[in-house]
Amino acid sequence: MNNENDKIISDVTENEYKYGFVTNIESDSIEKGLNENVIKTISQRKNEPSFMLEWRLKAYEHWKTMKMPTWAHLKIPEINFSEIIFYSTPKQSAKLNSLDEIDPELKATFDKLGIPLDEQKKLSGVAVDAVMDSASIKTTFKENLAELGIIFCSMSEAIREHPDLIKKYLGSVVPYTDNFFATLNCAVFSDGSFVYIPKGVRCPMELSTYFRINAENTGQFERTLIIADEGSYVSYLEGCTAPKRDNNQLHAAVVELVALKDAEIKYSTVQNWYPGDKNGNGGIFNFVTKRGICKDDNAKISWTQVETGSAITWKYPSCILKGNNSSAEFYSVAVTNNYQQADTGTKMIHIGKNTKSRIVSKGISAGMSENSYRGLVKILKNAENARNHSQCDSLLLGSNCGAHTFPYIEVDNKEAIVEHEATTSRIGEDQIFYCNQRGISTEDAVGLIVNGYAREVLKQLPMEFAVEAQKLLQISLEGSVG
Amino acid sequence: MLSIKNLKASINGKQILKGINLEVKAGEVHAIMGPNGSGKSTLASVLAGREIYEINSGEVLFEGKNLLQMQPEERARLGIFLGFQYPIEIPGVSMVNFMKTAVNEKRKYFNLPLLSSSDFLKLMREKKELVEIDSQLTNRSVNEGFSGGEKKKNEIFQMAMLEPKLSILDETDSGLDIDALRIVANGVNKLKTPETATIVITHYQRLLDYIVPDIIHVLYNGQIVKTAGKELALELEEKGYDWIKKEFAN
Repeated sequence: MNNENDKIISDVTENEYKYGFVTNIESDSIEKGLNENVIKTISQRKNEPSFMLEWRLKAYEHWKTMKMPTWAHLKIPEINFSEIIFYSTPKQSAKLNSLDEIDPELKATFDKLGIPLDEQKKLSGVAVDAVMDSASIKTTFKENLAELGIIFCSMSEAIREHPDLIKKYLGSVVPYTDNFFATLNCAVFSDGSFVYIPKGVRCPMELSTYFRINAENTGQFERTLIIADEGSYVSYLEGCTAPKRDNNQLHAAVVELVALKDAEIKYSTVQNWYPGDKNGNGGIFNFVTKRGICKDDNAKISWTQVETGSAITWKYPSCILKGNNSSAEFYSVAVTNNYQQADTGTKMIHIGKNTKSRIVSKGISAGMSENSYRGLVKILKNAENARNHSQCDSLLLGSNCGAHTFPYIEVDNKEAIVEHEATTSRIGEDQIFYCNQRGISTEDAVGLIVNGYAREVLKQLPMEFAVEAQKLLQISLEGSVG
Repeated sequence: MLSIKNLKASINGKQILKGINLEVKAGEVHAIMGPNGSGKSTLASVLAGREIYEINSGEVLFEGKNLLQMQPEERARLGIFLGFQYPIEIPGVSMVNFMKTAVNEKRKYFNLPLLSSSDFLKLMREKKELVEIDSQLTNRSVNEGFSGGEKKKNEIFQMAMLEPKLSILDETDSGLDIDALRIVANGVNKLKTPETATIVITHYQRLLDYIVPDIIHVLYNGQIVKTAGKELALELEEKGYDWIKKEFAN
C-alpha cells in the first residue's frame, strides 16, 4: 500500500506543470528598468508613428504619480520595476513572409505547446496569432480573413498599417489613466493582437492568440484590441503559458473590446501561466485589465475565463453596457492550489435601458491557496429596466485554503432587478468514496467532481478549448486530495 | 468467492466488528440481518474499502486475493459492488459520463478495449430495460434531486452496468414503497447468475420475500451470532431481535 501511495505522490508532483520548459533562443532585450529612453526605444524599434510615442509618454508621466493598488485580498511582494526588462524579442528576421523564415526553435516551441503555426496542419477553423515575450511571431490565416475585410494582425502591425482605427479606439475603453497596471501597460506595451470585423460580417473561424513568456527577468505587457463593427460577430480565444523559473515574472496586459450596434464579441481565455512550485516559489504575477463596451444598441459581449495558472491573479474582465438592450455575460472558473492567490471577478456597468448582465463565477481552492471573487454590479440612474443575475460558488478542497466573496452592488434606478446567489461547498470524502467504489481512482474522481461543478462555465467554451480546459482543471488540482 | 476470517475493525478507537467469520460461494445469496448498531453497514463499508475504518485484525480473501490490501477502486474493478444505503449526489456530473468512466476504468484494468460512445449508449439502453429504470434518470446528474426510491433504483442500474461478481446491498429496501421494492428486487434477481453472489443487508423480512436468500446470518454486537436457512427470517419477523439480544448479552 505504501508503494502505491508513493507512486501516486511522485506521479502527481512530476506532473505539476508541463509547459515549464525554456526555449533556447537568443533574445534581443533592451536595458532593464524604466525611463523615458526605454519607452522611446520601444516605440522606435516598432517603427511607430509619433502619435503613439506621445501617448506612451503621457501614460508614463501619469504612471509616475500612481501607486500600486492595495485593496485586493492578495499578499503582493514588492515589485522592483528597475529590475524588469520591459522589452525583449526572440532574435529573428523582423518581417516574415512565409513559415520557412520562422526560426525552427520557435516553431518547435509552439508545436510543443500544441499550437502548430503551419496552416495546413492547423485545427480547421482556428486562426492563431502567436506572441512570444514582446513580439508577435506569426499570424495564421491572415489572407483568408482579409478577403472578408477582417483584419487580424499583431498590434505593432495595426499601429503602422491602420493608424486611424488605432487612434479612434485604442484607450477608448481603458484610458491611459485607468489604473496602475493598465497605465504602465500603455507606456510600455509591446505586442498583442488586433482584430477588426467589418459591418455585417460573421467571422467564419475562431480567432486566437497564444501568449508565451520565454526570456528571463522580462515583463510581458501585451495589448489586445477587438472591434466588432455593426452587426458583426467574432469569437476570440486566448491562451497563455510560461517556463518554470524560481523568480516571479510580471505580466500586465490590457484587453479592450468594442462592440458596436447589433455586434457580438465572445472572448474566451484559458490562463495557464506558470503558478510557481508547490512551496510558492516563482510563478507569474498576472495583473490584467480587461474591459469591453457595448457601445450601441443590442450589442453583446461575453467573457469566459478559466484561470488555473499564475502565482497571483488580479483580473476583472468587465463590461460597460452603454447601448440600449445590450447584454453582457461573465463566466469564470478560477482554480488555486498550493500557494497561489487569486482575486478575480467582474464589473457590470449598466448605463443603457433594458440592459442585461449575467455573472457565473466558480472558485475552486486547494492547498494553502486564497481565492476571492470580487464583483461590482452598478446600475446607473437612466438604466431603466436593467437586470443582473449573479451566481458565485466556491468549492474547497482541504481545510487550509480560503475562499472569499466580495460582491458590490450599486443601484441608482428603482426599476432595476439585481439578484445575487452564493454558495460554498466542499468535495466530500463520501463523494470520492462513491466514485472509488465504482472503480474510479481518487484523482479521476476529483477531476470528475470539479468538472461537474464547473460545467456551467466550461460549456461556454468552444469545443476543443473545453476539452483542454477540463484536462487542465484536473492537472491543476492533482495532489490536492488524499 | 469471499472468505472472511476473524475480521475486527474499529472507527475512532471504537470496536465495531469483533471477529466476523463468513464464507460466500458463487451462486449464493446471503442475507445479513440484525438490530440497529450491530455492525452491518460497517461490514459492508470495510469490504468496499472505506478508509475511515481501521482494520485491527483478520483476513478477507476475494477469489483468493487479499482484499484488505487493495484500494477501493481496485476492489470495485475486480468485481465488488456496494449498493449504498444513502447514495451520494454529485452535482454537474452526468450519469452517462459517470458510468462511462466507471465501465471503462474496469475495462482498462483488464486490458480490454474501451467502449465507444455508441456501444456504451447501447449497453446503457439494454441495462435500463433490464432493471426497469426510468429513462429520464440517466439524463440527469448523479443522484442529484433524485427521490429516495429513484436513488435506490439507480444503484441497481449501476450494478447492472458494472456486472459485479459480488454485490453487497446495504439496506437497499429502506425508504422504498412496495412498487419500488419490487422493481429493485426484480433487478437483483435478474442479475443473479451461477457465477455471482449477493449479500443483502436488511432489517426486515419484507425484502427477503422478493430476494430469497440461501443463508441468513444474524449480526449482533459485531459478531455473527446465528446462521440458518431462510426460515430464520420468519422467526425474526415474528419474535423480533430481543431474544437474540438476551441470548447473547454479555
